[in-house]
Amino acid sequence: MPNMTPKKYPMPTQAPEVRAHNFEEVTLGYTPETAIAEAQRCLHCKTRPCVSGCPVRIAIPDFIEKVAAGDFAAAYEIITRSSSLPAVCGRVCPQENQCEGKCVRGIKGEPVAIGRLERFVADWHRANVKTQPEKPRPNGHKVAVVGSGPAGLACAGDLAKRGYAVTVFEALHTPGGVLVYGIPEFRLPKAIVAAEIENLRALGVEIATNMVIGRVLTVDELMGDMGFEAVFIGSGAGLPRFMGIPGENLKGVYSANEYLTRSNLMKAYLPTSETPIMHAKRVAVVGGGNVAMDAARTALRLGAEKVYIVYRRSMEELPARREEVEHAEEEGVEFRLLTNPVAIHGYRNPDDRRDPKNGFVTGIECVGMELGEPDESGRRRPREIPGSEHTLEVDAVVMAIGTSPNPLMKQTTEGLEVNRHGGIVVEEATGLTSRPGVFAGGDAVTGAATVILAMGAGKTAADAIDAYIMGDK
Amino acid sequence: MFEIKEKRYLNPTVVYMAIDAPLIAKKAQPGQFVILRVSDTGERIPLTVADYDAAAGTVSIIFQVVGSTTEQLAHMQVGDALHDFVGPLGKPTHTDGLHRVAVVGGGVGCAIAYPVAKKLSSLGCEVHSIIGFREKDLVILEDEFRAVSRKTFLMTDDGSAGEKGLVTDALRRLLEGGETYDEVITIGPLPMMKFVCLLTREFGVKTIASMNPIMIDGTGMCGGCRLSVGGKTVFACVDGPEFDGHEIDFDECMARSTMYAPFERERREETCRLFREDQ
Repeated sequence: MPNMTPKKYPMPTQAPEVRAHNFEEVTLGYTPETAIAEAQRCLHCKTRPCVSGCPVRIAIPDFIEKVAAGDFAAAYEIITRSSSLPAVCGRVCPQENQCEGKCVRGIKGEPVAIGRLERFVADWHRANVKTQPEKPRPNGHKVAVVGSGPAGLACAGDLAKRGYAVTVFEALHTPGGVLVYGIPEFRLPKAIVAAEIENLRALGVEIATNMVIGRVLTVDELMGDMGFEAVFIGSGAGLPRFMGIPGENLKGVYSANEYLTRSNLMKAYLPTSETPIMHAKRVAVVGGGNVAMDAARTALRLGAEKVYIVYRRSMEELPARREEVEHAEEEGVEFRLLTNPVAIHGYRNPDDRRDPKNGFVTGIECVGMELGEPDESGRRRPREIPGSEHTLEVDAVVMAIGTSPNPLMKQTTEGLEVNRHGGIVVEEATGLTSRPGVFAGGDAVTGAATVILAMGAGKTAADAIDAYIMGDK
Repeated sequence: MFEIKEKRYLNPTVVYMAIDAPLIAKKAQPGQFVILRVSDTGERIPLTVADYDAAAGTVSIIFQVVGSTTEQLAHMQVGDALHDFVGPLGKPTHTDGLHRVAVVGGGVGCAIAYPVAKKLSSLGCEVHSIIGFREKDLVILEDEFRAVSRKTFLMTDDGSAGEKGLVTDALRRLLEGGETYDEVITIGPLPMMKFVCLLTREFGVKTIASMNPIMIDGTGMCGGCRLSVGGKTVFACVDGPEFDGHEIDFDECMARSTMYAPFERERREETCRLFREDQ
């Protein structure tokens, strides 16, 4: 008999007033008892809509069945058949739009907490199973992966399991891509990312850090003398966008990438770090995605007394995961919706050019917005309300309005086609680019999207690379 | 790990190091830069490539001790290894089609100007070098510049070496004397580059300035190194580091460069104190 409790078992979390001042993980995870009770809420319906909602097609009801039976090791085995990074996805996937969004239990009441169960299984495995996965027998073929974010890691993992000798090239000094430079510790502890990467190393994946492909080595060199038979490009959506409004280059204006990189990758929140970050008292974060939520909540933890989210549409259109929005609200982030920045103002002492306060942000001027007709994306187009100008007093502004793909691969790889947004053009079913043997996936193709979509693209490409290399013979 | 193969002081605060980095040595060109970290809690700092030797597999850097990281770096010895060393980053200096060039370097910027002068000279270009320092003890690479330049002008603020005056004094004299250049290339402190560019604008001589703003990743990802060129925001790490000097908003660059000045001062004092206690 399934457990007919209409609601998910709540996720234990640190109290908002406590967690807003530390970088420890916000959510604490289910106990085995809660996990089993939650798993028993699954109806095991015939149509399995949750699986169709999962970009990597995890056999969700099957792993949940094992959790319900208390066989967590078997549950882990089922998940990892489809996902290389379960502890990560259990934490950062937008489940409400994917598996859980399709769950039959969600029609009357709340869906099964699939994400929390996935996380539970992965965490249980990390804590209780110490054996490393066995290294598969080498098949004698070499593949290069550019970028160690979710797309690259998923591709590398799938190929390594089939015996390929995979080398992942990472530009930064630590592997993980957005999982280490972008997503904060309090949402995704870096030790978990490191453990997932250790699992890949145990499978035989080589990870070469400090390697900017396109500069130190080109794709042609990888496929030439170095003997890689195929290359997967998962170089991510690198370049941050700015709004182009006056004052964006004042001191105290950050791109979200810079702000988060300083805090996450460079650990600027720790006193031992040599990397500085501004400990602003009042901060405006512009944008409404997960990155904006991460930046706003980081600002609180760095000591801000007031943090605004400035977003030009309404809560309905706000693209961040629900859980992040709720957590941000609980922690005291103030949402200024239907509000759009028009200028950033800075301090200028007319009598003293050497005043150290000169050039630092003092406020962000905004205008109120209302929603008009739907635009091409289907979302209602915001337009300015005349006379609604107002200024929020802040000493830092974080621009979290998206990123564009990094142009380096295109600039240094002859014959690599990109679209007008700079995304690499690929065949959707395989990830094959305009260059034979060169595949791509993740944000480098789509522009900024989610971890799980990038992983899905990495897996798709791994299948296609396998077929490409094996078909060669 | 990236081993230090050579180390020497060029003046009391400027250090030369050759680093074992064979892959980078094969690809590096004048004008490009590397990013390094001294330790695993260290910050990432960009340094322009001063020289490279593909056969020996080394990349040379020249740096002035100005902050905590460069202080730590200066305390490292031959045989020690840098934690991280990544490059070559940025676009190389554009040297095609240049026949007459004035290279204007200031202070430690001369370390970066020199490989540019050398490359131009090797391409058969007539190079006039103007190098400026505060005083005699800080002069670096004078002989090297003389070896690759048709004319070399050494300027010091106090006249203790070469001629007393600023690099702009020498450049103005040359331009007023009727010298013509395809391009002026300037590398040095921001105020110096600003005034070189103001001067060459008067004479209508195209001028390239090499920018070295605060940077983190160096691959275009963070946008921290952005500056305004011709009213547009560009990233020094991927669009530069060299830009049309007449289009750069130098005042904005100068303001941005002081963003973390108090933090950097504190960190450096702390580092110096630690080294003193060690002794």
